[in-house]
Amino acid sequence: MTQPKLAEVAGVTEVAEVAGMSEVTGTDANMLAGTDAEMLAVDGVTVRLAGRDVLQDVRFAIRRGEFVGLIGSNGAGKTTLLRVILGLQVPTAGTVRIAGRLRARRTGLVGYVPQKILLDPDMPLRARDLVGLGLDGHRLGIGLPSRSRRNLVEEMLRAVGAERFADERVGNLSGGEQQRVLIAHALISSPALLLLDEPLANLDIRSEQEIVALLSRFSREQQIAVLISAHEMNPLLPVMDRVVYMAAGKAASGTTAEVVRPDVLSTLYGQHVDVIHVHDRILVVAGRGGEPGTAHEEPDVAHEEPDVAHEEPDVAHEETGTAPVGSA
Amino acid sequence: MTHLLRSIVEPGFLGNQPVRVALLVGGLVAVVSGIVGTFTVLRGQAFAGHALADVGATGGSGAFLVGINPLFGFVGIGIAAAGVMELIGIRRPRGRDLATGIVLGAGLGLAALFLYLDATFSNTTGATITVLFGSMFVISSSLVPMIAALSLLALAVVLVLYRQLLLSSVSSDLAFARGVPVRLTGVLYLLALAVAVSLSALTIGAILSTALLVGPAATALRLTARPGMAMILSALIGLAATWLGVLLSFDSFYWPPRQHGWPVSFFVVSLIFVFYLMAQPLGRRSGSRTETSGNRAGRTACSRAS
Repeated sequence: MTQPKLAEVAGVTEVAEVAGMSEVTGTDANMLAGTDAEMLAVDGVTVRLAGRDVLQDVRFAIRRGEFVGLIGSNGAGKTTLLRVILGLQVPTAGTVRIAGRLRARRTGLVGYVPQKILLDPDMPLRARDLVGLGLDGHRLGIGLPSRSRRNLVEEMLRAVGAERFADERVGNLSGGEQQRVLIAHALISSPALLLLDEPLANLDIRSEQEIVALLSRFSREQQIAVLISAHEMNPLLPVMDRVVYMAAGKAASGTTAEVVRPDVLSTLYGQHVDVIHVHDRILVVAGRGGEPGTAHEEPDVAHEEPDVAHEEPDVAHEETGTAPVGSA
Repeated sequence: MTHLLRSIVEPGFLGNQPVRVALLVGGLVAVVSGIVGTFTVLRGQAFAGHALADVGATGGSGAFLVGINPLFGFVGIGIAAAGVMELIGIRRPRGRDLATGIVLGAGLGLAALFLYLDATFSNTTGATITVLFGSMFVISSSLVPMIAALSLLALAVVLVLYRQLLLSSVSSDLAFARGVPVRLTGVLYLLALAVAVSLSALTIGAILSTALLVGPAATALRLTARPGMAMILSALIGLAATWLGVLLSFDSFYWPPRQHGWPVSFFVVSLIFVFYLMAQPLGRRSGSRTETSGNRAGRTACSRAS
């Protein structure tokens, strides 16, 4: 079962190359584009709901083609921040600029992948219909069938490895399959900024790796700025250019080395935390200095550790561009 | 063969003026309900549709009281109720049922009063039956242009907003991110729903109009995975149920008790229910077909791997 899936992932590169897209690495592109190619600038965003600061003076910027992880545990404010960027939530203070413009949502510059959509299995909507709606779902009229639209949808389905279930009802798809379709839906309008809300939650490890590899490839090849939220940073470590780390509504951003440090994170959490590096992975745990009651702050991080360790070699493979051949 | 056909389609069926109006208006309303109803089911607004229909009884009975045609009562109250539901929170999934229920309760309370007054103080005999269970055979042909205009209005709203409605039924956040004016789309749809429900309240009655709205759509969803095809099938199923219902009702004039036709609403609603039941095994078969195609893909994958 695993063999053809991997072949599809490998096939993505072929499709992109045939389409004449040149492989540009993230760093090269950033140097070419310079600092004025800021796709997203979040400046002093504060959201106060029912007297509580859900977001507190959050500021960071993402440049063209950058892959940025939005890391934090549940309730840290990741989803609220994404909603503010999308325009679904009006901030109490601060601004969000997309490609230098305030309120650029309707221009199709921003692609959005929600966590999981709950759809009735009876809903008459095939994977290809949902991808097509990413292209023209905001338009009026019923939309006449056109060959170029069909080809575009077909190409997108192939690029995310979803052609096998293109005619299935979306409500019948598994979590990983649905993520692929949603990513295709978001990418078909060629956005400059892609926002993803916990796309890796509830995925098995193989799907998780495939989705991360897929996103990283799109980000590099099409110079899309990606902001991806996750409660677990380790699956993203090999592909992340920078990290926005959130705790209790506050955020710190920079490279992993700059942000994921005991001093920075302790300030963010407001209590002492330790950062432990094990086999190229990072654990953030409540430090010994903390009160006994706060030790449960990040228990799930330690829990998930063994699973991630198993699959590490594959991620490394994906990064170098060679298709992984089977796995243990 | 001709004999059999003649015993089903009674002579004079198509020559009868009320029958012709019933076929025309009933067919039009069935198509509108089928198409609007597809999105009612997709958006999970069946309860709102039912409430708008029941509240229609208030408008219908009120119209009898002041002596105007019940159609104007149905449409007027339907649009007003849709507006109130929108104002008090139909957008929030959790507030939606509450908003709907509150409007429904208030409306039916008024309907009780109006129907009582109709029966007590005015000489409109049969108002209760007409309002609650429809009056397909006594629709005045002078109303046909008005009905056609309202039908086209509801159809136009749904067809113009087709893609926006489809995307917002998947997820309103996703639709918002794609640039759909989600709230405006929702309000316009609710208005189209109110109009469709009012029209079917006129033909098969306020109480039963949900059946014409939801039944054909729910049946169509079992039969196809394509959204556009679901709308077409839903309209055709509603049309078939209505026309067959009119035919059977006409025939039933000769059934016991003799010289009293059975109500057309009964036949329409029963046929919709029968169609829905018939679609169940078909739906299950198409479900298992996708399963086997999945297995087949798995098997080829395995053989390719080995």
